[in-house]
Amino acid sequence: MLKKAIPKTDESHWDLIITPKNGWFDINIGELFRYRDLIYMFIRRDFVTFYKQTILGPLWYIIQPLVNTLVFTIVFGKVAKISTDGTPPFLFYMTGTIAWSYFSTCLTATSNTFGQNANIFGKVYFPRLTVPVAHVIINLLQFGIQFVVFIGFWLWFKWQGADFHLGNLIFAIPLVLLQMAVLGLGFGILISSLTTKYRDLTFAMGFGVQLWMYATPIVYPLSVVPEKYHMLASLNPMTSVVECFRGAFLGVSSIQPVHIIISVAITLIAFFAGIILFSRIEKTFMDTV
Amino acid sequence: MSKTIIKIEHLYKEYCLGVIGHGTLYRDMQSWWANVRGKEDPNSLIGRVNSDSPKNILALNNINMNVKQGEVLGIIGANGAGKSTLLKILSKVTAPTKGIIKVKGKIASLLEVGTGFHPELTGKENIYLNGAINGMNKMEVTRKLDEIANFAGVEKFIDTPVKRYSSGMHARLGFAVAAHLDPDILVVDEVLAVGDAKFQKKAAIKMQNVSESHGRTVIIVSHNMDLIERLCSRSVLLNAGSILAEGETEAIIKKYIGQETANLKPEKIWNESNRTYRSKGVAPGNELVKPISLRVFDEHGKLCSTFSEIEDINFEFECEVLRKANNMAIGLTITNHKNTGVLAMRDNSRDDEGEIAEPGRYLFKTKIQGNFLNDGFYRISIGCTEGMSIHVDESDIVSFLVKDTYNPDGARGLYPREWPDVVVRPKINWQKEKL
Repeated sequence: MLKKAIPKTDESHWDLIITPKNGWFDINIGELFRYRDLIYMFIRRDFVTFYKQTILGPLWYIIQPLVNTLVFTIVFGKVAKISTDGTPPFLFYMTGTIAWSYFSTCLTATSNTFGQNANIFGKVYFPRLTVPVAHVIINLLQFGIQFVVFIGFWLWFKWQGADFHLGNLIFAIPLVLLQMAVLGLGFGILISSLTTKYRDLTFAMGFGVQLWMYATPIVYPLSVVPEKYHMLASLNPMTSVVECFRGAFLGVSSIQPVHIIISVAITLIAFFAGIILFSRIEKTFMDTV
Repeated sequence: MSKTIIKIEHLYKEYCLGVIGHGTLYRDMQSWWANVRGKEDPNSLIGRVNSDSPKNILALNNINMNVKQGEVLGIIGANGAGKSTLLKILSKVTAPTKGIIKVKGKIASLLEVGTGFHPELTGKENIYLNGAINGMNKMEVTRKLDEIANFAGVEKFIDTPVKRYSSGMHARLGFAVAAHLDPDILVVDEVLAVGDAKFQKKAAIKMQNVSESHGRTVIIVSHNMDLIERLCSRSVLLNAGSILAEGETEAIIKKYIGQETANLKPEKIWNESNRTYRSKGVAPGNELVKPISLRVFDEHGKLCSTFSEIEDINFEFECEVLRKANNMAIGLTITNHKNTGVLAMRDNSRDDEGEIAEPGRYLFKTKIQGNFLNDGFYRISIGCTEGMSIHVDESDIVSFLVKDTYNPDGARGLYPREWPDVVVRPKINWQKEKL
């Protein structure tokens, strides 16, 4: 839809050519980069307005995962007595909770891209991908805050003499984070593209995310899943992400390299499928939304 | 100056009508399957001689036009002619179904001002946000910040959240940001009707400057013929998705008015079988009031769409009130061929009863005396309100023509020349004394 070239003055040169949707991979990365200030402004807007008119303000970023962790510790750790692979239950559930909450907030936020911005998308053109990308980045900030709190607890437990250690996977953490972001973005824009015309998926989203959480080793370690199902479990890309996370900070993980490879492959497939679908939808979604 | 800057070739835009549901899924599958096999889309109207697909409409039907650099082009046409669709495609909000547009330079659109303002952010933050949405980078906005705030007249409130702004300030700020975008081509849709009269004038002058002093191209869609006449040298008249005429603005406006007068409509009846497209399957109105009909009569009680300048023009509006209404008012607004508001009137017949309407059908009657309206074409809009809330707001639903018959009983007396182009022509008595 948009092709930018070196400016020339001859009559046959055009800066912009508007046509019906064409190629099936049509996302202009350069354009997205030119609109980086817009991404920054979206992030700033969401960050500044998130806690306006709340008493606890930015504390809300950490209250939710802390309460979740506490509930999981009591319900699944103390009552149901599910194994935590010998690590302190609180830290075990906290790793799962913050990793999952990053993914799920990215997913829910980006899956609303078209619906929530229909008004502004209908008036001005800017690369639509800026909105989901901004969501993924702002949630990364939120994740960062939660992560700092997690490190605090980690140090405290260590000081108390609890039995756990950093794993070798710690070096892979930046990559795991990247995978999480790509996964949230990929699935989010996939769903947002699919819901523009048929909104059925929006209703499925709410409990779908919930079910997905239980399919991911958040409240249980992968080690309690029978060995023969590990392959099946690794089809869920979040399995590997959460297990790597635990392997890195708590030193216990039953994830095998092959599972990680499958997970990365699925992440990439979801991401590119999302991008392709998104680029097809973004041009005409105004007609159907 | 005469370089072609926008070239539109064989542009089509097709819309799907109706509610999205199982049927749409079926048709989508049909179209997709046809596409896979490389066949013609059975649901598309493009390339058909006789359209047999009632579910789709062509909002734009083979548009071809060129826009030259530095020109201010007006696009006019009745509601639903495709003006806004064309602008939406130009500003890339939606893609065409078929055809191509080639553009030199950067396009910015001013389709609605203040879109994307966040109420919690301050004026300054919103300028940055809005600038970024419209494709400016941070440095450009910083450079123009003062100019924008100054133009909008909100310097004092620049650090106040915009939720505390008056609606006028809000709109002015939105316009100011958009007007300072510095694009090569500016696309404007009815946004000059923002703010008070003073600001509107300022906005129109700004538009003119943009094209005259910077050699920029401006494309304006408006129903305001005065504005189009003042700003645009050339205009395009759209009708039902096609270009009906293009050329000198004055001639095009005449043609448009002529076309409008050919479609005079002295009566409008709303009922379940006569649903309007805009209201998506529901007659206008709501649980309080449903309009039934609006008619224009002559003095003999016959439906009439052409009056002489001395004749009384009678109006009748029938509606059904569905629940007890408090302080209900029926209003009627008349606009002329230039879309200038001529007058607004309100039913004041039951003021002493406190304006409480019991449920039931009501007929409201009024008339405009002869010797009041100037000759020309008029459109009537109708509205029902209860207190501060609007329940019916239907624009331009019936129309009539006042013809100058040079009747000596009218305001003109024996004056033989064409009457000046003014809004009203009341017969006002004069006295003369020989000194």
